[in-house]
Amino acid sequence: MSLISLGPWDLGLAAALVLLLAAMSWRLHLGVERRVLIAAARSTVQLILLGLVLEVLFAQTSLPLIGLLALVMLLVAGWEVRARQKRRYAGGWGLGIGTLSMFLSSFSVTLLALTVIIRVEPWYQPQYLIPLLGMLLGNTMSGIAVALDGLTRSAWDARGRIEARLLLGADWDGAIADIRREALRSGLIPIVNAMATAGVVSLPGMMTGQILAGSPPLEAAKYQLMILFLIAAGTGLGSVAAVWIGSRRLFDERHRLRLDRLA
Amino acid sequence: MAGLRLERIRPRGLTPVDLDVPAGGLALVSGPSGSGKSLLLRAVADLDPHEGEAWVDGVARSSLPAPEWRRRVGLLPAESHWWADQVGAHFPPRADAAGELLPLLERLGFGPEVLDWSVGRLSTGERQRLALARLLANRPEALLLDEATANLDPVNQARVEAIVTDYAKANAAAVLWVSHDPEQRQRLGGRRLVIRDGRLEDEP
Repeated sequence: MSLISLGPWDLGLAAALVLLLAAMSWRLHLGVERRVLIAAARSTVQLILLGLVLEVLFAQTSLPLIGLLALVMLLVAGWEVRARQKRRYAGGWGLGIGTLSMFLSSFSVTLLALTVIIRVEPWYQPQYLIPLLGMLLGNTMSGIAVALDGLTRSAWDARGRIEARLLLGADWDGAIADIRREALRSGLIPIVNAMATAGVVSLPGMMTGQILAGSPPLEAAKYQLMILFLIAAGTGLGSVAAVWIGSRRLFDERHRLRLDRLA
Repeated sequence: MAGLRLERIRPRGLTPVDLDVPAGGLALVSGPSGSGKSLLLRAVADLDPHEGEAWVDGVARSSLPAPEWRRRVGLLPAESHWWADQVGAHFPPRADAAGELLPLLERLGFGPEVLDWSVGRLSTGERQRLALARLLANRPEALLLDEATANLDPVNQARVEAIVTDYAKANAAAVLWVSHDPEQRQRLGGRRLVIRDGRLEDEP
């Protein structure tokens, strides 16, 4: 089996469907036609750029260049986590908490996968590193964004309840424990659901890609399983880190709830 | 040196406050709404960042971890908040051990079954009285009360006043009480203070 290359006409046909969607939105007064078109244009530019960048990277296998791309991916993901918060941490923390926890989780899990599980030589071979890191970042990003948003939102709404516990002599940890637990749970639910329905309801993206590229389905399934497990671990690790740093940041050294640290 | 002492405590919008409430003594604070009465109590309980130092029974606040300080200097906010479904879950685990909780609840007009009630079915007045019970179960050495009887009928108002004064007497606890009600201030006696133009001063 060999790869069937897509020509401009093939892509154009698929793009025409998106135009049709935009036209439908306009006709039905849904008001999202602009956003549909902009999103489609963004994905076109971003993916083609990524394709070009990866071609260059694959040709060279240069660690500094790969590191640079990984850093850009991390920062964009951190930015996205910040953008998804209703109540953001003021100052550098807004970007820092999400970025740091994604760095801790995604990078360490990717490194583990490359060196111990897949055993790529050299470990930074971009053909493995970039897609793995991308998938981990993308998924931990969603989990961390949901968990952090839940944490800051509930803390904001439950100020009276948290302070009531502080006033009765609870420390910061005890005063926010239940809110933190709830936030973590909501961050983990999507990946748990994804694992539970993988292959039954949806054919996961990575497996689909490998099958289209000609891999035997069972091999593709094994890779997909590994990725699912890694994503689950990464999301869990990242959410725990983010929610822990985030909840600590909501209190100062005198165990006061500092909602003024949220912008 | 016992009781509650404040030195240059400075909540937002107030000039620094120096105040001495002797052990077992009572100080009543009034003032127009928005004048900073609640902020003063919050500052004493170390709930908001501010300058100044406070002592209870001669122990400096800065020498204690904040949770320990808040256990010793109990603040009853004007509005009570509840984090669990059942009333009983809000009391310290062995509050009943000394055999003081049930008599206290009874004096407030509740039977022992109140601990199994769900918080959702409590009225505002019931919440207010139970919040006082919850606070006293912690055995604080000083009390900061913010409009502790605002939502109570005269019977329950009298109950709460009696309980607080008895507690203060029995435990030599200093009480700093924010109260709007002139009659109540008259009734309770004690030192009367007022916040005027951001300054805490004795009532003329």
